[in-house]
Amino acid sequence: MSKLLRHHLFWPLTALVVLLAANALARPGFLSIGLRDGHLVGAPVEILRTSAPLLLIALGMTLVIATRGIDLSVGAVVAVSGAVALSHIASSPDPTSPTTAFTAVGIALALCLVLGVWNGFLVSVLGIQPIIATLILMTAGRGVAMLITGGMITTVTSPPYKSLGSGFTLGLPTAAVIAFGVFALVALVVRRTALGMLLEATGINPAASRLSGVRSRTLTWTVYAASGLFAGVAGVLISADTMAADANNAGLFIELDAILAVVIGGTALSGGKFNLSGTLVGVLVIATLERTVTVLGISPLVTPLFMALVVIAVTLLQSPAMRARLTAATRRRPPAPPADGAAPALQADAPTETEVKA
Amino acid sequence: MTTQTPPGPTTAVDTPVVELTGITVEFPAVRALDGVDFRLRAGEIHALMGENGAGKSTLIKALTGVHPIASGSVRVGGEEMRFSGPGDARAHGISTVYQEINLCENLTVAENIMLGAEPRRAGAIGWAAMRRQASAHLRRMGLDLDPASSLGSHSLAIQQLVAICRATVGECRVLILDEPTSSLDADEVERLFRVMRGLRDEGVAILFVSHFIDQVYAVSDRMTVLRNGRLVGEYRTAELPANDLVAHMIGRSMDVLEAVERVHEHTERDAAAPPLLQVVGLGRKGSVRPFDLDLYEGEVVGLAGLLGSGRTEVARLLTGADRPDAGYANLRGRRTRLRSPRAAMDHGIVYTSEDRKGEGVVEGLTVRDNIVLALQAGRGWMRPLPRRQVDELVSRYIDQLGIRPADPDALLRNLSGGNQQKVLLARWLATAPKLLVLDEPTRGIDVGAKAEIQKLVADLAADGMSVVFISAELEEVLRLSHRIAVMRDRQMVAEIDADGATMDEVVALIAGGGGQKDASQKDVAV
Repeated sequence: MSKLLRHHLFWPLTALVVLLAANALARPGFLSIGLRDGHLVGAPVEILRTSAPLLLIALGMTLVIATRGIDLSVGAVVAVSGAVALSHIASSPDPTSPTTAFTAVGIALALCLVLGVWNGFLVSVLGIQPIIATLILMTAGRGVAMLITGGMITTVTSPPYKSLGSGFTLGLPTAAVIAFGVFALVALVVRRTALGMLLEATGINPAASRLSGVRSRTLTWTVYAASGLFAGVAGVLISADTMAADANNAGLFIELDAILAVVIGGTALSGGKFNLSGTLVGVLVIATLERTVTVLGISPLVTPLFMALVVIAVTLLQSPAMRARLTAATRRRPPAPPADGAAPALQADAPTETEVKA
Repeated sequence: MTTQTPPGPTTAVDTPVVELTGITVEFPAVRALDGVDFRLRAGEIHALMGENGAGKSTLIKALTGVHPIASGSVRVGGEEMRFSGPGDARAHGISTVYQEINLCENLTVAENIMLGAEPRRAGAIGWAAMRRQASAHLRRMGLDLDPASSLGSHSLAIQQLVAICRATVGECRVLILDEPTSSLDADEVERLFRVMRGLRDEGVAILFVSHFIDQVYAVSDRMTVLRNGRLVGEYRTAELPANDLVAHMIGRSMDVLEAVERVHEHTERDAAAPPLLQVVGLGRKGSVRPFDLDLYEGEVVGLAGLLGSGRTEVARLLTGADRPDAGYANLRGRRTRLRSPRAAMDHGIVYTSEDRKGEGVVEGLTVRDNIVLALQAGRGWMRPLPRRQVDELVSRYIDQLGIRPADPDALLRNLSGGNQQKVLLARWLATAPKLLVLDEPTRGIDVGAKAEIQKLVADLAADGMSVVFISAELEEVLRLSHRIAVMRDRQMVAEIDADGATMDEVVALIAGGGGQKDASQKDVAV
């Protein structure tokens, strides 16, 4: 039991299951998945589809956080990506052709990769603190997106592009297929090659890693570039869903959701050990939570408060202090040594404190 | 308070300002100080000497109330005292300036000097009065500084002097300077000494801690030597030759020194073979003066010297951990630039830092990951070592070096210091290096592990590896090395054949200065 409790995925998974159960109770057909026109439909499928952009961003964020960094610019990169792609389609002679959609995606992703490389340059070469370095692009990125769209909300019609956001592939939402595909591929690369271990070594002890010949600078640079690229893909998915490029609101605060997903998943912001499966669960928790708000008919007035309460509960349960207490509580016999040792010490301390006061 | 005592011939009859008798300080598992006596008189500069861990800092902290005293008495001005902390000590006229400057760089010089003693008018700080008072304090110390300038705009040396100036604000009978010179250059040190002598002549008692033997001889009137938490003795600086001082610090009488047994095999290296690595005039400003060194295969070269003498700096330059700004290196006769640890590693030159936790092991990773880290880093992330090869390698080193627990999945933070050191060695041995630079590989580990590591070093050299071995324990260096390069005050002062060398010869070289003047001494006096 205590082993299960200590598993890093226990609390995030519990939160997910509780949320799904609450939904199922409130709306009995919630968990059922149907088949319509050869596509899977239903609330769970919809959760997968809406979680796609966040999953991509949280993936990049996990890798960045592993190197002791943070990437605040991803929301702005989402806006840039959408703006570039849709502006390209809008200005092209043949907006509806697949080639146009393909080039639009290509240009958007290339630009977002450049933005990620810029972040990586600031952090790894110039040695600027990650929070400041990415704050620059967080602010400037929306300005760039604004310039590209000319301050308007660009709307276009391009069925091939739209299908990325709301179409289906192999019966599943295309957005989800792309996001989960990228996630699985990266997870495979990170754990099957030595990338994961070298990233963790860099995050835990940069000085020792450097002396051991790890190219920490290149690695750090790479993860920021990857984070930018993934945010670009997320931007394409978001803009394809709405078919509108909104420089001000696309991907707004998504960086905070992504950081939250990483933390819920059990990766510490202090860097080092990271946990991609945890991030996946964290993303699903957040996506389900957003869904729950509508299903339970919670008033928009209390929505932020409700979400905050759930997040506090999950992060508290994930915290080392709380875990230690819980594991101590589940092991009644033999009693946990820390609790044992602490009790007499407390008693011994108490009188001395009163003496001092007296 | 201002009794003018002539600096040199202090007599034992005048009452000390500070008198510590039979001070014992106990930490869990260790007795850091054991019945130490210490006397500090007004108007003298008193050096507190001892190797690392001898108890110098503990003594200072016991005096100023940082560490609780288990037994013994503290008398200040003849009165029995027990301070509750540095603030309390300061209120009684005992100020301490630590090695790291504890000032606020973003405040002005005046604010730093007067912090906590700001002149107030109706609750508000009188800024003009504060600057006036601060500049008076600065002038008293012969410092010409604008009190309104920001502290961060001044050099470390000036900041250090401001820290001392701050310490002398108010009633200051005793000034404790813990390693004040470690980051200063020669001119700056001289300036600091002038200030110290000035304060001494005003009657302030100064307790001075430094690892630089020459500086201690230049400025102190008297010294107290500690070793392993015990008092060795109190001496007048003028009466104690430097090599006696070092012998007291290291703690071997000369006869015992002679009896040191060597473990290395007396295999003569092939005289005709060219050196593996030849460095010429390698140096770095502010770190270590240019030095020459030839390293041969199958040979252990020991680096001897006191802490801060430049041993580690030499190691870091040899291995690309720091970039040299002078000189060059030839690897097998070919000019090679060792620009980074990675570049050095690609040439088979590897380095284990003396800072095992900070720069060595990755505590949050497993034994397995720690062992393969360097080998994997060398291959790049895209070519992971096959799992079977990793397991084979890891279990081989766990067996060979006797790493306990013998569990590849154990987190490194759960291993003892000695086992962590073995893991670190295994990491480098796995890369099959040609030159292994070991900085204090046996520090802080138990006797058994120490012997194992010494044996390993001897075996590696016998198998043809070139090893540079650094240790604060001279005995160990003598025992393992074929040749010894001696460091003093950030320069390489001598290179001797370890076979014929005796402990007191090396001690004399380390001490230099007040000791015997030999040929090598003159060479570097430029």
